[in-house]
Amino acid sequence: MTPSPYFFLVVFCGVALVFPIAPLALAWLWRRFFQTPKPGAAKNATYECGVESLGGAQVQFQSQFYLYAIIFLIFDVESIFLVPFAVAFTGLPIGAFIAMLVFLLLLLEGLVWAWSKGCLDWVK
Amino acid sequence: MSEQIDEGLKNELQKQGIWVTSMQELYNWGRKNSIWPLQFGLACCAIEMIATAASRYDLARFGGEVFRPSPRQADLMIVAGTVTKKMAPQIVRLYNQMPDPKYVISMGACAISGGPFKQGYNVLKGIDRYIPVDVYIPGCPPRPEALLHAFMELQRKIDGQKLTGAGKAAHLRAEQPSEFPVPEFGAHDLVPPANPDLFRPPPIQR
Repeated sequence: MTPSPYFFLVVFCGVALVFPIAPLALAWLWRRFFQTPKPGAAKNATYECGVESLGGAQVQFQSQFYLYAIIFLIFDVESIFLVPFAVAFTGLPIGAFIAMLVFLLLLLEGLVWAWSKGCLDWVK
Repeated sequence: MSEQIDEGLKNELQKQGIWVTSMQELYNWGRKNSIWPLQFGLACCAIEMIATAASRYDLARFGGEVFRPSPRQADLMIVAGTVTKKMAPQIVRLYNQMPDPKYVISMGACAISGGPFKQGYNVLKGIDRYIPVDVYIPGCPPRPEALLHAFMELQRKIDGQKLTGAGKAAHLRAEQPSEFPVPEFGAHDLVPPANPDLFRPPPIQR
């Protein structure tokens, strides 16, 4: 008599159950008969580090970081444009110089606007 | 356990290809060949510890190459270097967070006694003031061979630990503590300066 083609699946399921359960059961037996558990405050601590954790995990960050990041990004890009401008400064025609100056003044105006709006004042 | 079978009979059986062992031997054999150290170093001794774990000295030959970044998975704490008073509470806390059975190797002169920095105002005069040490390695710093020797000494110690009976290993005795008090920063020194239950230096004979 040939076994059912699904018979190996039954065997597979049995092995898949026994394989993880056997070590866990052995460990449980070991604990039960030989090694008494010794829990403690440091052992049960959430954070596994020599330093004790401070404060809570649910910390809120202010949205004002976003404004700072935007203003920083704009002037970061400006500095990238300024470097080739400074390198090629002596060979530039007057039109290019004026175009760059307009670009700089636009950004400066933006900074003055942000400043006057109070974006740079840190809200506590 | 192992007393139940005669050593001569055991050897005789082994010659015939029959291996007789006991639960205790099997357990200790597994433990001593898979000691996972906690991955942390404090000073120059840590460089020697790194050399020991690397290919030239190859701690893997003794089953101790699996340095764990978490105390929860570590069996062995190698105190490798100068322990400052700022660092001592953290070390004790890490030791407390390690699960039993756990062992400590005090590596180098500094970890034993403060070493060349013993007179320093911020140097702990030996980590054995706060946690129990199993093997001490003298040297400044000890060579990797010395650390390997200490490792083998620890393996010998683990091999000799009993699972049952009166003289069973400390981690199996319920009354033995697994955690030790963490010292706190006082006005001038750590409070307490040593764990009185643990640290009993021999009286100095002059």
